[in-house]
Amino acid sequence: MQARLIQECRLTAEDLACRRGDRVLFHGLSLQLAAGAALHVAGSNGIGKSSLIRILAGLMRPFAGNVDTSGAIGLIDERPALDPQLPLGRALTFWQRMDGPADNELARLGLSDLLDVPVRYLSTGQRKRATLARLIGQSAPIWLLDEPLNGLDMHAAELVQTLAAEHCAAGGICVIASHQSFALAGMERLELRDFAA
Amino acid sequence: MIGQLAILLRRDLALLLPGGRRGGTMLPLLFFLAVAMLFPFAVGPDAPLLTRTGGGVIWVAALLAAILPLDRLIEPDIELGFFDQWALRGIAEEWIVAVRVLAHWLSFGPPLMLASLPAAALLGLDGAALRILELGLLAGTPGLAALGVTVAALTAGLRGGAALAGLLVIPLAVPLLIFGAGSLSTGGESGIALTGAVSLVLLAIAPFAGGAAVRSGRG
Repeated sequence: MQARLIQECRLTAEDLACRRGDRVLFHGLSLQLAAGAALHVAGSNGIGKSSLIRILAGLMRPFAGNVDTSGAIGLIDERPALDPQLPLGRALTFWQRMDGPADNELARLGLSDLLDVPVRYLSTGQRKRATLARLIGQSAPIWLLDEPLNGLDMHAAELVQTLAAEHCAAGGICVIASHQSFALAGMERLELRDFAA
Repeated sequence: MIGQLAILLRRDLALLLPGGRRGGTMLPLLFFLAVAMLFPFAVGPDAPLLTRTGGGVIWVAALLAAILPLDRLIEPDIELGFFDQWALRGIAEEWIVAVRVLAHWLSFGPPLMLASLPAAALLGLDGAALRILELGLLAGTPGLAALGVTVAALTAGLRGGAALAGLLVIPLAVPLLIFGAGSLSTGGESGIALTGAVSLVLLAIAPFAGGAAVRSGRG
């Protein structure tokens, strides 16, 4: 991980607004993240954290404003994108083939013993760690993490924070949407409430 | 890009081929054979009648068998987040849908053509009719696959999407059925050619219609 070279990356958003149904969730949101930056998107449930993540990922069109990124994007949300009927090892192998060979740190994530277990039998926390392995294997410079600590025990939660810190130290960008606190040195905090309509 | 599509195709085939992982993959084939087996019981042992109607029955059975796996074609991958992850990796939905059409066709087209051999024997079709039937199925089943994937993408995420998909496919498949089954009664190549033409049109539209449907379903 320490030796991992991260390509140049940048993430900017200008004057974003998001509408769900006939309700505007937030508006006038701008942000600018350069290599090594981390941002904690905070706010209560339903305020638009996940929508903001999906807009930044380019998976949802903003109601207004635009997003400009350079560098590949890795996303973690509540959907694991791992075949539930496959053993974990093979489910991850699919993504490794797609993304090219990269160490996905299985041992560190505590997944080495679970490779034979079908994904549908994994617990919430184990599945979350498996998606982290997918994310690390992708070696994308921009990480968008939607509630990355959900379902994780204390030890795993610390590990996620360490991984995020290492990622930023290596020159990557982290955007974390979470209602929980997330410890990361030099992380800015964005209260979505301030932009609520 | 080509490498990634090959990986996609391998996964799709592992899921969809008979005996594949996404469950119930043998069902369309067994359903098809069951229809061909039950029809003679229902109309009675009137050999000329069976021979005359047999080809049409096989076509209808093929159409219905192609409808069975529709709800497993697109929706599970949207719900599991696969389409989002592919989008982040810059793989266009159009490519994914095109690959899925190919995998879906491979999973039911050739097996159906094989199963038509015993079905034709049960219905008393002669060699010439069987030849036209197989050629017609070869020309028509790719169109059915394209239609099935497109409609599966359109109805993914809707309540009662599976039933709705079946209802939508049937009227849209009428041209294939008319030309395909019609080629049996006229005994001509023109029917097969028209079936192939309809298939080509459906194949050309499917990736774009299906890809747009997946994208607009996001949000």
